[in-house]
Amino acid sequence: MLLQLFWTYMKVGTFTLGGGYAMLPLIQREVVDYRKWIDETEFLNMIALAQAAPGIIAVNSAIFIGYQVGARHVPTSCSGLLSRMYPYLAVCAAVLGAVLPSFIIILAIAMVFQEYSDLPAIEAVMKGVRPAVVALIAAPLLRMTMKANNPKPFREGGLPLLSWALLSAMLIWLLHVSPVYIIVATIVLALVFTYLGERQRKTKTDE
Amino acid sequence: MLYLQLFLSFFKIGLFGFGGGLAIISLIQHEVLAYGWMTEKEFVDIVAISQVTPGPIGVNCATYVGYTATHSVWGSVLATGALVLPSLIIMLALCKVYFVLSTKFADNVYFQNTLRYLRFAVLGLIAAAALLLITPATFIDTYSIIFFAAVFVLTILPQFIHSKQPVVQKVISLLSHPILLIIFAGIAGYCIYS
Repeated sequence: MLLQLFWTYMKVGTFTLGGGYAMLPLIQREVVDYRKWIDETEFLNMIALAQAAPGIIAVNSAIFIGYQVGARHVPTSCSGLLSRMYPYLAVCAAVLGAVLPSFIIILAIAMVFQEYSDLPAIEAVMKGVRPAVVALIAAPLLRMTMKANNPKPFREGGLPLLSWALLSAMLIWLLHVSPVYIIVATIVLALVFTYLGERQRKTKTDE
Repeated sequence: MLYLQLFLSFFKIGLFGFGGGLAIISLIQHEVLAYGWMTEKEFVDIVAISQVTPGPIGVNCATYVGYTATHSVWGSVLATGALVLPSLIIMLALCKVYFVLSTKFADNVYFQNTLRYLRFAVLGLIAAAALLLITPATFIDTYSIIFFAAVFVLTILPQFIHSKQPVVQKVISLLSHPILLIIFAGIAGYCIYS
């Protein structure tokens, strides 16, 4: 079972180019359709949790599925401490599977690239690639903005939040504020405004 | 000391990295440039390499930065481990309470609103990451601007063009694939600059 988890996540990790969201359909096919470790509803819950929690979505999903699978399929040969530790071993197997392929590939590239990055040919290629990368970071913003206020339509409270996004961008860009502070401030703002909104709603329904 | 800084930085990135790969790039960028572990140019190169190699962008960046900062495999292990550690702690805690929470927690208005606010903040983070990379090191001449514009337009094209012809639609969505675009830009760069 541990090997299967490791192997499944390693396959997903090796064959998805372009990160998190590209992985989800593959994970679904392996874990729900093929291995039947969890069902469709659980998978959707898993995505919600993996996206809500901080960190890499693929790794978060590996932790969740590793834990669920490990907790349900403890081999009968395990007993005592080992059977209680089994879910954690399963988590380790899944996370290692998800991380190891990229880790090894990137490490190899890092070692080679440092030797050869001064070559004129490599530098010429990178001169073309660099502005393209900036565009690849900026371009998804459009689609993400459309979906940001989900499940509410964008016009319901979307504009004040968009100006907060704009202000955050300026603070990080021009004043070099750490994005960590922006995240913390956003969470605090969300809780405060929700509290105020809820209180207002309560007094309205009381009247 | 360097290893401790590396660990703390990537732990922080893992802990506050909401909203997936692109948002995590913004956090890594801030830490890496603040400590001077690499130049802006090197950072863009890493993002490019992360995009064309398999696996999550966050893991790719952490592994690469760990190696470049320390010139040792252990730097990579440490940075990647530190990035994953907060996920492990938080996700395991969530798994433990999952059966209690799964029904109530998804409808909780505080939870829903926080996620919605974070989705907007993430837009700001990503915009800042892109703006910070518009420097003389990355945009060296007019060709750079053409590359930027071409990749930008090709990436957003599938959102605006809905062709009835399946073949046309397929070609458009293929042309907007980030890996293909990076390869094109690399070939064009090689032809122009060498």
